[in-house]
Amino acid sequence: MSKQTLIVIGNGMVGHHFLEQFSQSPAADAYNIVVFGEEKQLAYDRVHLSEYFSGSSHADLAMGTADWYADQGIDLHLNEPVTGIDRDARMITTPKGEYPYDQLVLATGSYPFVPPIDGNDQEGCFVYRTLDDLDAIQASAQKAKTGVVVGGGLLGLEAANALKSLGLQAHVVEFAPRLMPVQLDDQGGALLRQKIEDLGVQVHTEKATTAIVPGSAARLRMNFSDESHLETDLIVFSAGIRPQDTLARACGLELGERGGIVINNQCTTSDPHIHAIGECALWNNFVFGLVAPGYTMARTLSAALNNDASAAFTGADISTKLKLLGVDVGSIGDAHAKTPGARNIRFHDEQAGHYRRMVVSQDGKTLLGAILVGDNGPYDTLLQYALNGIELPANPEALILPESEGGAPALGADSLPDTASICSCHNVTKGDICCAIDAGCTDLGGVKAETKASSGCGGCAALLKKVVDSELEKRGVEVCTDLCEHFPYTRQELFHLVKVNGIRTFRGLLKQYGKGQGCDICKPTVGSILATCWNEHILATDHVPLQDTNDTFMANMQKNGTYSIVPRIPGGEITPDKLIVLGEVAKQYNLYTKITGGQRVDLFGATLSELPEIWEKLIAAGFETGHAYGKSLRTVKSCVGSTWCRYGVQDSVGMAITLENRYKGLRAPHKVKMAVSGCTRECAEAQSKDFGVIATEKGWNLYVCGNGGMRPRHADLFATDLSDEELIRTIDRVVMFYVRTADRLQRTSVWMENLEGGLEYLKQVVLEDSLGIGEELEQHMADLVDTYQCEWKTAVEDPEKRKRFREFVNAPEQKDPVQQWTSERGQRRPVLEVVSS
Amino acid sequence: MKARTCWEAVCTVDDLVADSGIAVWTEDGPVAVFYLPHRLPALFAISHTDPFSGSNVLARGITGDINGEPVVASPLYKQHFSLRTGRCLEDENVAVKVYPVLLDGDQIRLEVPVAQAASVAA
Repeated sequence: MSKQTLIVIGNGMVGHHFLEQFSQSPAADAYNIVVFGEEKQLAYDRVHLSEYFSGSSHADLAMGTADWYADQGIDLHLNEPVTGIDRDARMITTPKGEYPYDQLVLATGSYPFVPPIDGNDQEGCFVYRTLDDLDAIQASAQKAKTGVVVGGGLLGLEAANALKSLGLQAHVVEFAPRLMPVQLDDQGGALLRQKIEDLGVQVHTEKATTAIVPGSAARLRMNFSDESHLETDLIVFSAGIRPQDTLARACGLELGERGGIVINNQCTTSDPHIHAIGECALWNNFVFGLVAPGYTMARTLSAALNNDASAAFTGADISTKLKLLGVDVGSIGDAHAKTPGARNIRFHDEQAGHYRRMVVSQDGKTLLGAILVGDNGPYDTLLQYALNGIELPANPEALILPESEGGAPALGADSLPDTASICSCHNVTKGDICCAIDAGCTDLGGVKAETKASSGCGGCAALLKKVVDSELEKRGVEVCTDLCEHFPYTRQELFHLVKVNGIRTFRGLLKQYGKGQGCDICKPTVGSILATCWNEHILATDHVPLQDTNDTFMANMQKNGTYSIVPRIPGGEITPDKLIVLGEVAKQYNLYTKITGGQRVDLFGATLSELPEIWEKLIAAGFETGHAYGKSLRTVKSCVGSTWCRYGVQDSVGMAITLENRYKGLRAPHKVKMAVSGCTRECAEAQSKDFGVIATEKGWNLYVCGNGGMRPRHADLFATDLSDEELIRTIDRVVMFYVRTADRLQRTSVWMENLEGGLEYLKQVVLEDSLGIGEELEQHMADLVDTYQCEWKTAVEDPEKRKRFREFVNAPEQKDPVQQWTSERGQRRPVLEVVSS
Repeated sequence: MKARTCWEAVCTVDDLVADSGIAVWTEDGPVAVFYLPHRLPALFAISHTDPFSGSNVLARGITGDINGEPVVASPLYKQHFSLRTGRCLEDENVAVKVYPVLLDGDQIRLEVPVAQAASVAA
């Protein structure tokens, strides 16, 4: 069977939307589709036209690409205006030839209305509709100082914004007594005028232009009916639109009294083979000058051409939310309270510049319309009430009152029904969004791509995000938990893969379970897992590139690229001789010296190449690395305990040293801190640590999963009156269970909060061995303790590893020029702002 | 007019660390040289100076790829820089200088600008 031909005249936003819909529908196979566009460009976003002056190009504004049209098999004729329609022969004419059709779609849009004023066609007079218009305005503006927009409606104010962004002194001349007469009332219009004038745009209302003549100070002069006048270099007419119905008129289709191609509910004209959609169409004696109703017509027609009997256009919401010249303006439904019995609730804050009006039904239960000027904050909520007929709360005024006055009953994304329309441009409901999420979309971008929501006028972007966030949160478990783009696994899963398969290198794991080359997320994570499982030196050749710089160079990088050094001082106990060594080394290398919160000493300002020399000296004096750079055990803080303190009941220093020496070097998902207090006075602040031990008369109480820092958490009491052996065995098990099951960079406090079953579950696993892994955990810990090595000792003894510490491999004497110093309180510190020459 | 350049020998193959970076000092200041043995080309050179901190640290960052683009992450504030173009992935207005690099026998050479008049550092 040979295909029929469907011709679309007009390649604007609505025509393009129709093609998107129709080309994906079953009926598309039955037609050859041919499109004629008058402009030389593909369909572009006219709603955001003024962005052209702030840097957007046609490509940015384009709705589709030539490739897309080709892929759909659509025959595209740009820059080829249609000049005639022969209804009897079912044929259209262009300057290039004649084309037969079976179905014809008119999507010819509208043209700007230019008031019939003498002199309105001279040089310096423009309209504001196409990219060509904008190019002409831009060229003229280069030689102009002032510009006037005739028309104070929505498009006129957009045009004024465009003139302003071209650097012109902009004026708006409006025939009516207020700005945006269709959408706003007098109060709202007055506030908008005040705000716009504050921005330097002059507004002239109730002005009827009688003639445009050459000016004296500027290019043109506008004479008004009240004898006043205004001089300007250019004029942009934006006084409304008229349906582009020239072709329809010439071929005798039924038109409205004031123009517009009459269509029925299926968007078909008086000729059953000809259809009209968008701004050229007249439905129910009404022309819609907004994109959303045009899109609805496009969808309706596409459905009707697919013989969908239910397809019907039954009007459209013409609510609008805009930012005009930076001022929020919103208008919803019956903004002028034309419904019989309608009542108003108004809030007007002249101080803050907010005007809000609600129009409610006689019984006060339904929101009919609204006006907002100055702040569109309540818009989304009000629109949902109006569109979905949601019953208003008992105190509806709270919806427009400032929040401080008693809390507006916010209409959360949760309380919207599934039928709630979120994006009216693309007719996307909350239900559609839920479907997209259930079908696998896990973020805002995915939902947008799948549903097209928020890709029309963009007014629903904030609401869409709320709905998506709320729905994703509800489905918590479905949110992507992949470690990064290279591994589709969680840290816990990777841990098991490494352990079970005996994988010993990052490359090996990547080859078997990942893709790509890795990144700064997965490399340190896997490095940590490998260290926990096999405890090989972190500077072994395979592991070097996995480490954060702090681990690689076993010191903490500071802002100027130098490092700080923290030797281990177990339990905070140090001999005078060792203290002297620290002082001597610090003095020799001119290191800034500070006592840390973890009862040790931090030495700042060592260069990369100084690190091994410094560590040679420290190791010779009996120091070990303090792992201040690692995701590993930091310190075990202690009070002085029963040895000296008259209140102490146990040797807290001795226990702290035992614990620190046992767990030092252990690689974990994040850093781990511990403390031991010698009595209940708790001078070591153990309850703010990952593992806190407090002495009792009978032994030790163990607290777990506490935290200080950014999100303090009081540790939970885990077990009481433990002996030394019981204490160590319990900590062994909890630590290993944490290391195996926690997420990347998850401290024990957050791990506990996310652990299903919480504290009780952890007690069962560790104290009652409910999983039967207690011994395995202990054995794993014992292996790690046995294979401990001081990373710095190994590094300084190995010439190959020391090579890593050359600042510039080819210039050992070269100093880093950005490391410059000054002195403060008797010590050296970096110059904060280094100006490089 | 194109500035004069030369191919300066900066280090040998033995100095490189697989999947990581090293820093060298050149006529043009500090440069980071990266060796990624699992891709072609395997050698990259970009400025060693982190534009966000002004410190010479980029050679000490973690290498990898983001959407296939070879990158290094600054060890200080973690921004990613393309090893091919020097562009910062988090801030399109920021980029670091990129140096052409080649392997000449066991010598690594970088193409660096030659100072107009020879100057002696004080």
